[in-house]
Amino acid sequence: MSQTLPTVAFYLLAFAALYGAISMMSTRNVVHATVWLLEVMLATAGIYLALGAEFLALVQVLVYAGAVAVLTLFTVMLTLRRREDAVRPFPVAWGSLAMAALFTGGVLLALNGFCSVPTGMPATAPGLEDFGRELFTTWMVPFEIASLVLLAALIGAVWWTGGDDR
Amino acid sequence: MTVGLPHLLTLSAMLFGIGLYGALSRKNAVHVMMSLELMANAVNLNLVAFSRFVTPEAMTGQFFAVFSMVVSAAEIGLGLGLVLAIYRRKRSVELDAMQELKG
Repeated sequence: MSQTLPTVAFYLLAFAALYGAISMMSTRNVVHATVWLLEVMLATAGIYLALGAEFLALVQVLVYAGAVAVLTLFTVMLTLRRREDAVRPFPVAWGSLAMAALFTGGVLLALNGFCSVPTGMPATAPGLEDFGRELFTTWMVPFEIASLVLLAALIGAVWWTGGDDR
Repeated sequence: MTVGLPHLLTLSAMLFGIGLYGALSRKNAVHVMMSLELMANAVNLNLVAFSRFVTPEAMTGQFFAVFSMVVSAAEIGLGLGLVLAIYRRKRSVELDAMQELKG
């Protein structure tokens, strides 16, 4: 017994994510690009929800859509103050485009040709409760290390950005 | 027509490619950081998709995605702090302005 993802929802969310990513690259305004990034993150959270990863969808909305977007907007406001810095044409960089297209094409080719991936989705997926229990038993030590990493990042960011006397 | 793992992997590869293009082509440090976030997002999508389709009971991919999110959150915090520090010294966040080591 295998289950499938809701097709219409998946295609809508995938279209939203890809459209947002392309708009993020093609817009002239850095602030608009940030808002498009936010939209991509929200669409990804929707896909997580469709995949049965409720906790990750919540974390995605909190961390990426909340914190990262706001942090990026603050940085744009603090650094690109003049309008001509924040709004300007981005010419198409053909070299970068070719490299990215080559990479993506290679990955898609490998995906089609060389590996057999399962298409059916297993019917049962553990819920939020099992996720929490597993996180605080099996993954306890990595969890603590992750909190140390965040603490170090916090202190480092404060050290770098704070004060003119350094 | 059902949606399977290949669809998710294709979506993720496309998102990664768009992020790669942005990270390679942009001259603005903030925009480069945003493109890096897009790439990290695509990788997380891969992890969650594999977790759901291959080992849904163990949820290993979901935990990997959680820790990957921790690392990329730390990265964007430090990276944008670094951008602010560079802006304070140089009054610019253009990558072309940072070429002291260029031979």
